[in-house]
Amino acid sequence: MTAAVRYDEVEVGQELPPVDYNVRRLDLVMYAGASGDFNQIHWNERFARMVGLPDVIAHGMYTMAQAGRFVTDWAGDPGAVVDFGVRFSSMVVVPDDDMGAVITVSGVVEEKLEDKRVVIALTAKSGDVRVLSKARAVVQLT
Amino acid sequence: MALNRDFVGKSYGPTAPYEVSRVKIREFAAAIGDSNPLYRDQEAARAAGHPDVVAPPTFPIVFSLQSGGEALVDPGLGVNVAMVVHGEQRFEYVRPIHAGDQLVLTSTITDIRTAGQNELLTIRSDVTTVEGEPVCVTYNTIVERGGAA
Repeated sequence: MTAAVRYDEVEVGQELPPVDYNVRRLDLVMYAGASGDFNQIHWNERFARMVGLPDVIAHGMYTMAQAGRFVTDWAGDPGAVVDFGVRFSSMVVVPDDDMGAVITVSGVVEEKLEDKRVVIALTAKSGDVRVLSKARAVVQLT
Repeated sequence: MALNRDFVGKSYGPTAPYEVSRVKIREFAAAIGDSNPLYRDQEAARAAGHPDVVAPPTFPIVFSLQSGGEALVDPGLGVNVAMVVHGEQRFEYVRPIHAGDQLVLTSTITDIRTAGQNELLTIRSDVTTVEGEPVCVTYNTIVERGGAA
């Protein structure tokens, strides 16, 4: 596993430009199948409303996966991610239309650690709402 | 309903081995919309120094959900599964997961606490190979909405 990013070329405060990721109902159905999380709040509008939610919401793990994709696309090698944690601070509501919702992920190099590792602080928003908080990835650079 | 604090410290497992397959990694990568060739192409993965295709960072949820799920439905703990949403998730990796890995999990309820009207439950899962090599540790915090109301 070899990251494409060199430790010496990264500076604290360096920004990783935002990327938009779409999430439609179809994505949630695929994610339910692949992850094994068939909680009905992620695909059944009737059930979601019955338990007090505004509509079907995305799996938190789907949002985390997009933030992970953002980091691995930057690092080049998924194996370079050595620690990855998030708090799900708000729900991503996914309407039943062809557009769905958009999750925008951005990042900043927060800290340079020993052994050529860096901490990336991640921001994920859906509209104006932050859907992840305390989102951090530690990446092993070269 | 308030969760039963007596369950803090209770462990589940070790599980039967979970075999990581190339097909499952590809399916998971497709579901998260990630076209990275290291998830699909053995040659690309080997060229990058991996023994086989790599699993995405959040892939361990596939098997930790099954193992942690055992705790969630434990009678007496008192989780109303219909009111559960995901609160926090963390993965600490000792090494990347690859196709062909045979993984075993031991899950422990490490914390139960109240936050406002909600109950929060944290499950730590230690993931090793069948030979006992540490691979990763996952921390899953679920929120039972209204559980403390």
